[in-house]
Amino acid sequence: MNAVQEACFQRNAASVASHRCEVVRHRWVNDRYKYLKLLARADLAGATRPGQFYQLACPATDASQPFLLRPMSVYGTGPEPGAIEFLYNVTGVGTRALADLRVGGHMDIVGPLGNTFTFQAGFRRILLLARGVGLATMAPVVRLAADAGADVTAIMSARGPQDLMRDEFLRGARADVHGVYDSDGSSAVPNVGALLRGLLDTHRYDAVYTCGSHRLLLLLQSVLADYPDVLGEVAMEQHMACGMGVCLSCVRLFQVEGERKFLRVCREGPVFPVRDVVGEVRFG
Amino acid sequence: MADLTVNVGGVALRNPVMPASGCFAIEYSEALDFDRLGALVIKSVSPRSRAGNPTPRVAETASGMLNSIGIPSKGLDYYRRHILPAYLSFDTPVVVSISADTADEFAQAVAAMSIPGVAVIEANISCPNLEADGLAFAMDPDTTFQAVCAIRASTALPVWAKLTPNTSRIADVARAAQAAGADALVMGNTVLGMSIDVRTRKPRLGNVMGGLSGPAIKPIALRMVHQCHRSVDIPIIGCGGIRCAEDVAEFMLAGATAVQVGTASFLDPGAMQKIIDGLQRYCLETGVERIRDLTGQVRLDQDLSDSWLRFAQQSG
Repeated sequence: MNAVQEACFQRNAASVASHRCEVVRHRWVNDRYKYLKLLARADLAGATRPGQFYQLACPATDASQPFLLRPMSVYGTGPEPGAIEFLYNVTGVGTRALADLRVGGHMDIVGPLGNTFTFQAGFRRILLLARGVGLATMAPVVRLAADAGADVTAIMSARGPQDLMRDEFLRGARADVHGVYDSDGSSAVPNVGALLRGLLDTHRYDAVYTCGSHRLLLLLQSVLADYPDVLGEVAMEQHMACGMGVCLSCVRLFQVEGERKFLRVCREGPVFPVRDVVGEVRFG
Repeated sequence: MADLTVNVGGVALRNPVMPASGCFAIEYSEALDFDRLGALVIKSVSPRSRAGNPTPRVAETASGMLNSIGIPSKGLDYYRRHILPAYLSFDTPVVVSISADTADEFAQAVAAMSIPGVAVIEANISCPNLEADGLAFAMDPDTTFQAVCAIRASTALPVWAKLTPNTSRIADVARAAQAAGADALVMGNTVLGMSIDVRTRKPRLGNVMGGLSGPAIKPIALRMVHQCHRSVDIPIIGCGGIRCAEDVAEFMLAGATAVQVGTASFLDPGAMQKIIDGLQRYCLETGVERIRDLTGQVRLDQDLSDSWLRFAQQSG
């Protein structure tokens, strides 16, 4: 890799490859989400950073024959060098095929892909705003912050208390968790907005991260306008094919330094500054 | 080790495997050694700036995918300054793919991109011709001839004409491209298709229709490579659903001199290297010393029709 080649694209990984993995654990965590642990020969734990994703070659079943790979955020890595974990919602053709995968079986995954959440060494306190599968994407940030000794606050939004997956999110880390629910109306945007402002007014947060809800993203964007010193980051999704920035399928519009431009969710993202997001939902 | 070198109309390649335009970019250097590929084919550039098509731009189908990316472009000057240089730093021939709306625009763009370091111009005449109701140039022999003539007159570089499988007159189109001075044909682009989500009743592509690629179209592409092979003397580069070394051999037997790999790279960014390694194994297993000897060597029985007729006459 010479200087000309290096300068012309955003490099996200030292090397990307298709890794043949063995399924070592695969179980339901509730009636919609499954936990999957894979073991590769390569040191995926060492090569993968928080926020990055892999493309999964979900094996065909009688009922589902996915053709394209499925992008999926990394939920965790290790302790074995080849170990990589995913937490996913069984919802479409790809994840239904994936859900049938048996322990002892094999699957190919391509990665690591995408950029990472920003967590600077000096960060003392962070806030996470999670809903649904967004908690899987942000779980590595919880671990990173906990390891760095930073205080973690989490607002977790779910259908009801039984869907919260608090233990799956924290994985033993200490955090101040605020559960908000559709079942009692506490997950409504005005309520979450007041909760966010209350927290940001009480403590000095270095960063707020969000994933899993476009509504919560737009709420956070409007709230952060009043807290210019707080870093805000969001992990986003888009229909993908190559996952590496080649096919130009997964673009979204962003406002970068006063200029509106299409960026690739798989290459310039999936993590973007909350303030750069253009809140257009139609072309999501 | 078998000799994998091929010669495509005067351009020597270390092996017959190169990427298909639109399915390759500098980002793949994270997963591939570009100095082991046959050639580097860059995504089409168009002289006009384009934002590209609305999302979603991809949808999967049975054994394939639809795309309607729409050739996003920031124009030729941006391309020359910010995209092309990275590819020129490898020791592999660079193929610049060009897309344009009219024959004149093609000519100007081809002239502007015929610069040192570029080995080949691939003319993507499968794109819509704005002077012919948006019908792709390569749908019709006359518009193919006009476009390739204009391109041929604008460059001293070898010109590869990328044809479309959507035409019903492939032999005439192939001959028109040859007559206009194309050095090789790329057969071919995606097959026009469509998909609808029956729950939401919305098209699965923002652009409604798009190009089908992947193993789903391989038999169509193979058939059309063979039709081109029977119609012209210039080399043919096969493209459509290739995902393994055996597929490459199949296209070469049908008449291809080299091949392009597209969608397979989306399923494994290292696919082209694995295909090249597989070609060595194929040659070893089948006793092929020079891969170029495969071109057009499908075993056709010229007397089959007559002998079948005689045989069939025995029946009541």
